[in-house]
Amino acid sequence: MTEPLYRAEALTRTFTTSGRVVPALAGVDLELARGGRLGIVGESGSGKSTLVRLLAGLDRPTGGKVWFEGREISALPERELGFLRASVQLVFQDPRSSLNPRMRVGQIITEPLRSRLVRRQLPADVDHQQRLAEVLAAVDLPPDAADRYPHEFSGGQRQRIAIARALAPKPDVLIADEPVSALDVSVRAQVLNLLTDLVTSAGLTLIVVSHDLMVVRHLCDQLAVMRAGRIVEAGPTASIYADPQQDYTQALLAAVPRIRSTGRDQS
Amino acid sequence: MSLLEVSDLGIEFGRRRVRALDGVSFTIEPGQRLGLIGESGSGKTVTALAIMGLLPPNAVVSGSVRLGGDELLGLNETELAKRRGNLVSMVFQEPMTALDPTMRVGRQVAEVLRLHAGTESGPARERVVAMLAEVGLDDPERVADSFPHQLSGGQRQRAILAMALINSPDLVICDEPTTALDVTVQAMVLQKLDEALTSSGAACLFITHDLAVVSQVCDQVMVMLDGRIVETGSVEKLFTNPEHPYTRGLVATARLDQVAPGQRLPVVEDFYSGGRR
Repeated sequence: MTEPLYRAEALTRTFTTSGRVVPALAGVDLELARGGRLGIVGESGSGKSTLVRLLAGLDRPTGGKVWFEGREISALPERELGFLRASVQLVFQDPRSSLNPRMRVGQIITEPLRSRLVRRQLPADVDHQQRLAEVLAAVDLPPDAADRYPHEFSGGQRQRIAIARALAPKPDVLIADEPVSALDVSVRAQVLNLLTDLVTSAGLTLIVVSHDLMVVRHLCDQLAVMRAGRIVEAGPTASIYADPQQDYTQALLAAVPRIRSTGRDQS
Repeated sequence: MSLLEVSDLGIEFGRRRVRALDGVSFTIEPGQRLGLIGESGSGKTVTALAIMGLLPPNAVVSGSVRLGGDELLGLNETELAKRRGNLVSMVFQEPMTALDPTMRVGRQVAEVLRLHAGTESGPARERVVAMLAEVGLDDPERVADSFPHQLSGGQRQRAILAMALINSPDLVICDEPTTALDVTVQAMVLQKLDEALTSSGAACLFITHDLAVVSQVCDQVMVMLDGRIVETGSVEKLFTNPEHPYTRGLVATARLDQVAPGQRLPVVEDFYSGGRR
């Protein structure tokens, strides 16, 4: 069997706040093949974001190991993580806080290309302006967007800018942490369509964290349900939606608000 | 007589007179629940703030807002404060910013009682604890003695709900009350809101961008776009037979479950001829 793109074993991460030890992750095992689309769902505090931060090398586990392309990233010092930074890019929930308000959109998007760690991993002849034009076109923003500042854009457009920045170094993996939670329902569809298209056209491996099960169902073919720092149920998305095994998964599914087209008296 | 009568409400901001609302008219009957949906910037929150008398000083307001027959526009702060929290109250989106971080939750809820009913602190405490229990908080005594940061998002939002309901107002305005919450917590808060409104008989103006959420609470819905109301109707009619292209788009985009995973989702623009609105 070939080595999966991502592998995690007995991953734990504990935080100490005011003398109390809080286990955010309590032993997570995970495998993700290249080209897979993994959705991670659970309530706030279930450890979803902690898990992806460890996968992206933004944080270190207190126990257990993470391998990326066969290399144990949890043991490498930051200066040797350039290959990970170039291959794995993130999109965060709130584009109001994930984009620097003092930088022009063009600078924001090309910043990964200028990063000392990342640029050594890229071909030496990357034309920043050309790549900028490419990714702006890929996320459906006008070319003149590059000269403007983030506050001049709507929420949906800002999330497109964040996606464009993530795409700039041509990553293999895109990690999206609640990518549409801060967006209006009407804008959500556009961003989801964009993500679907980009993942297909660039052959990306996708990891999506969300509390919205419908979003994950739409984007991902594999699902991991987290609760209190553990994965309580995992498998193909379609089968978990059709036949959830755990009570917790059933409760999550039942909580998704649905349109009651018959009015509230006949619920 | 309608409980709330908004007629030809127009709001402009600042010296450049940016138009936020244009000719908005609607009524809410006693006990009626009216949903207001629309995207960010469409004017939903400004409508709510106008009713509450909480618009910033640079707002230029025209038209009329009548609550129980009394004109609210042009009232001074003292007159407005008498009504706010008593006749009409508001539940805000972000419970962490709506609560005072330096004050125990029980005292904050009791403040509403003391201001309007002049209740002494002893009896107020009892009322507060009972109200916190009514909105579904399991351990109301402990919640009352906690600071906001010691509570979860869902607990905080229910404390806000208790604060909005404790004086039995005639009208409760909810501005995206569950947007910041998890789905499981959202379902619970919506259920408690539904129960509390039913038992107190209060009317509700429920603001959200999420059609599925509005259909859980309301019978009538207004759709707002660029400061105007473009469509009004029963929840059922809007979802089964929407007329305005924007409403058709909203209904279609909200139904993620109707689209096979990975397939292209419909977007609002699909419903405008020429693909542009």
